[in-house]
Amino acid sequence: MTVANLDALDKAIINGLQGGFPLSDDPYAELGKAFGVEGNEVLERVTRMLDSGLLSRFGPMYHAEKMGGGLTLAAMKIPPDRYDEMAERVNAFPEVAHNYAREHELNMWFVLATESPERIEEVIGEIETSTGLVVYNMPKIEEFFVGLRFEA
Amino acid sequence: MTKDNRLDEIDRKIILATQGGLPLTMRPYDTVAKEVGVSASDVIGRMERMLRNGIIRRIGVVPNHYALGYKANGMTVWDVPDEKVSELGQKIGALDFVSHCYHRPRHLPDWPYNLFCMVHGRDRESAERHAQDIDAVLGDDNRGHLILFSTRILKKTGLRLLA
Repeated sequence: MTVANLDALDKAIINGLQGGFPLSDDPYAELGKAFGVEGNEVLERVTRMLDSGLLSRFGPMYHAEKMGGGLTLAAMKIPPDRYDEMAERVNAFPEVAHNYAREHELNMWFVLATESPERIEEVIGEIETSTGLVVYNMPKIEEFFVGLRFEA
Repeated sequence: MTKDNRLDEIDRKIILATQGGLPLTMRPYDTVAKEVGVSASDVIGRMERMLRNGIIRRIGVVPNHYALGYKANGMTVWDVPDEKVSELGQKIGALDFVSHCYHRPRHLPDWPYNLFCMVHGRDRESAERHAQDIDAVLGDDNRGHLILFSTRILKKTGLRLLA
C-alpha cells in the first residue's frame, strides 16, 4: 500500500483523525458515523495504514514536560566517517525519541524526552561521554501555536 | 482537579500501556483496562483528565510524511531579533506549511539562529519556496537563515516512559 492507492476514506482518516479520537466505550461506532462507514472499516483502515508505514503512530500523544519530564532538541557535529557508529551510540539511549540526519556541520539532530527535567543534563553528559563529542542543547524557550494540517 | 498534573500508579500504568499506541481493537479502552486491572470507564475518565491537563496533547493518528510523499522535510532556522521573536513566531506558525515553530537558544558563534520552523514539501524546491514565503513575512527582521534538510530518519519511537 502506498500513497498512490489511498482512497477517500483513508485520506479522510489521515486528515480528520490527527486528534479527537473519541474517549468512549465504542469509539469506532462514533467514527463510522462521522465518516459514513461501518465502525470496523475505520479500524481496518487505521491498522492497514500503520502496517504499511503510512501512519507512524496511532493513539495518545503524551506531553513529556506536563508529565513532569524533560524535553529538548539537541544537535551534534559527527565526523562523516564515523556517522553510523555514532548514530548507534546515540540511539542506544532510550531517552532519544527521534533522531534525524541533516545536511549541516551540525549533522545529527535528536529529541530527548526524559522522566525528569534534571535527567536531560545527565543524558547529555552521558551521550558526550559515550561519543566523545559535544552535544548542543537547544531546549525550546517558546512554542508557537500551529494547526494540524496535512494534505494527503 | 483539572489543575492537578500529578500522576498516580494507575495513570502511569495507563501511560505505559498506551504510549506505544492504542490497542487495535474495536473497544481499545476495554483492552487497556484489562491490562491495567481497572474498569474501562476508569481508563476513559483518567485519559479525559490527562487530555484536559495537557498531559495528553491529542489522541489520533500521526501521518508518516515521507511515506505520504512529503519527501522534503526542512528545518528552517532564522536569526531574528530576540525582542521580536514572539511576535514573528506567531505569524510564522500561522502559515499552513509550517508544522512546528519554536524559539530556541542561539549557540554563538557557531549557531546564531533562534527561531526554528519545520516546513514540509513534496520536493526540495517546494520546501525552498516555503522558506522564501517565511522570508517575505520576516522582511528586515531576517538577519540570516538556513534550511537543514533531513537525509535519513535515524530513530523515531516517540516518547517512552520507562517501566
